[in-house]
Amino acid sequence: MTTKTTAVESASSKASRTPGIPHHAWYAPSKLGKYVILLIGTLLTLGPVLWTISTSLRPVTESLGASANLIPSSLDFGSYREVFEQVDMKLLILNSVLVTAACAIGQMITAAMAGYVFAKVDFRGRNALFAIVLATMMVPMQVTIVPVFMLIRGMGLSDTLLALILPAIPTAFGTFLMRQYFLGLPDELSEAAQIDGAGPWRTFFSIFAPLATPGMAIVGILAFNYHWNEFFRPLIMTISEENFTLPLGLVSLQGNMGTGSVATVLAGVVISMIPALGVFMFGQRTLREGLTAGSHR
Amino acid sequence: MSAAPVEPVMSEAIELDQAEQDTRRRRKQSRWFATLFLAPTVIGIGLFTVIPIIASFVLAFFEWDIISNPKFVGLANFTDIATDPTVRVSFLNTILFVIAAVTLQLAVALGLAVLVQSKMPNFMRSFFRSVFFFPLILSAASVSIMMSYLFNQNFGLVNHFLGKVGIPAVPWLNSETGAIVMIVLVYVWQNFGFSFLLFLGGLASVPKEVYEASSMDGASGWRQFWRITLPLISPTMLVASVMAIIAALQIFDQPYVITRGGPGDATRTAVMVIYESAFQQLRFGRASAIGIVLTVLIMLVTALQFRLSRRFVFYS
Repeated sequence: MTTKTTAVESASSKASRTPGIPHHAWYAPSKLGKYVILLIGTLLTLGPVLWTISTSLRPVTESLGASANLIPSSLDFGSYREVFEQVDMKLLILNSVLVTAACAIGQMITAAMAGYVFAKVDFRGRNALFAIVLATMMVPMQVTIVPVFMLIRGMGLSDTLLALILPAIPTAFGTFLMRQYFLGLPDELSEAAQIDGAGPWRTFFSIFAPLATPGMAIVGILAFNYHWNEFFRPLIMTISEENFTLPLGLVSLQGNMGTGSVATVLAGVVISMIPALGVFMFGQRTLREGLTAGSHR
Repeated sequence: MSAAPVEPVMSEAIELDQAEQDTRRRRKQSRWFATLFLAPTVIGIGLFTVIPIIASFVLAFFEWDIISNPKFVGLANFTDIATDPTVRVSFLNTILFVIAAVTLQLAVALGLAVLVQSKMPNFMRSFFRSVFFFPLILSAASVSIMMSYLFNQNFGLVNHFLGKVGIPAVPWLNSETGAIVMIVLVYVWQNFGFSFLLFLGGLASVPKEVYEASSMDGASGWRQFWRITLPLISPTMLVASVMAIIAALQIFDQPYVITRGGPGDATRTAVMVIYESAFQQLRFGRASAIGIVLTVLIMLVTALQFRLSRRFVFYS
C-alpha cells in the first residue's frame, strides 16, 4: 500500500503543480492510503460533535442507550425546550454575551491604542516598557488568579460580571499583535500627515485607525472565542447562579441532572457551540492567523 | 500639499523661533497622546498582572485564609507542599499527562499536516484544514460534558464501538488508567488542531526544490521525511512542542468537569490543586506557593527552548 507507486506519484506531482501552494513530492504513498487516514481523522474529529447535535434532536426516550445510527428516527426539539426550563438559559446566554462582547470590544480598543504608541510614537523607555508588557505573557493566569480575586474583592466587585470583564480588558498579547500590525504600516503615512499639520490625534484617528481594522478584527475574534469558552475564571469569580456564564451553567446543569437526561444537557452544549460555529464559518481565516501569530517571532 | 511657499521677506530669526515652537508644541502634544493611549493597557496590566505576580510571591510566605490576619510563615508553605502527598501526586500526574498528551498531539498533528500539505485538490485541502482546526474553537467545558457521555461505561458510544471489535466495556471513569487515558484523549482531540496549524505553516515554508533534488537522487518517501522534512521544520517543531507543553502544564477544565480529579487522585493536576487550596480550603498562601512552582516549571521549559534553538535547530 505504501511504496509501490512512489516513483509514479512523485513524477506526476512534479508535472502538475498548482501555482502558489507548495506541494511536497516526497510524500507519495498510495492515494487511497492517504485519503483513508484523512477520512478516519475527519470522522473522529467531527463524529462527537455530530453525535451531540443528533442526540439533542432525538426524542428523549431514544437518547439513552448507545444508538449508533446518527440520524434520529424523528426530529424532536423537546430537549431544547427542556433545557430552557431546567436552567435560566436566557440569563446564562445574556451573561456570556455581555462578558464576551465587553472583553472583545475593550481589548480591541485598548490594544489598538497601546499597540499604536509602541509602534509609532517615540519616547524614552518605550522598549523597556514594551518588554515588561511582553514578559507578563509568560506568567500563567493560574498564578495571578489568587491576588486578582482579592483585588476584585477589595474593589467590591466579587460575584459580578465586572469581575470577569475588568481584568480581561488589558491584553499583552493583543497589544503585541497590534504593535506588529502597526509596524507593518509605513511611517511615511504619519510623516505626510505631520507635514499637513496634523497632530498625533488626527494622525491616529484619520489615518492609522481606519487602516488598523483588520488587525483589530484578529484581536476581537480571538478575544471573543476565548472569553465565550472560558471556564476557569468564571468558576472562581462568580458565586451566585445569576452571574454564571454559559459553560459554567452547563457544567452545573450536568452535575445536577446526572446521566438522566443526556439530550437536555446536550441541547445546552449545542447552544453553547453556535457562536463558535459562526466564528468558524465567517472568521476562520482571521482566527487561524491570530492563533498562530504568537509563534512567529 | 497646502503648505504655501515660505515668504522670502520673513526674517530668518523669526522663522527659526517659529519652527522651534512648533516642535516643542508637537512634542508636548505627542507626550500627552502617548500617555493617554498607553494608560488603559499599562495601568491595567500593572494592576491585574504585575502587582498580582509580586503579591503572589509575597503571599507564598504567608498563611492567610482572608478572614484572619495574614501570618508570616517563612518557607513553611513550600516545605508543606513538598511533603504533601496530594500535591506531589498532582504534579507527577501533570508531568505524566504533559508527556503523554504532547507526544500524541504532536504526532497526530504532524502526520495529518504532512498529509494535508501533500498533493491534493485545493478544495479538499481547505476542507481538511477546517475540520482539524474545528475542535480548537469549542469550549473545553462543553467538550468535556459531551465526551463524558460518549465515554460513559454503559451507554457511551466509545464502548459501543469497542464492543463491536470484541473489546469488553472499559470503565473509563471508574479506573485510574481509564480516567487518565480518557483525559489525554479528550485533551488531544480538542488541541491537536493548534499544532496542526503550526506544522502546516512550517511545511509550507520548506522549499520544494529540496524535495525535487532528493527524489531525483532516488530517496524514498520515509527517508525524505526523516532526512529532509523533519530537519527543515525543526524550528516549527520546537515552537510547537514548547507551546503545547506550556498549555498542557496548565490543564484544568477537562479533569475538573470529567473526573473532579478522581478516581482517588488519579487525574488531579497542578492547577486543580491551586484551585482547591485557594478556593475550597481558603489556604491562599499555599495556593500561591504551588502557583510559583508551576511558574518555575513553565519558565524552565521556555529557557530550555532558547538553549535548544541555539544548539540543535536548523535555520535556513
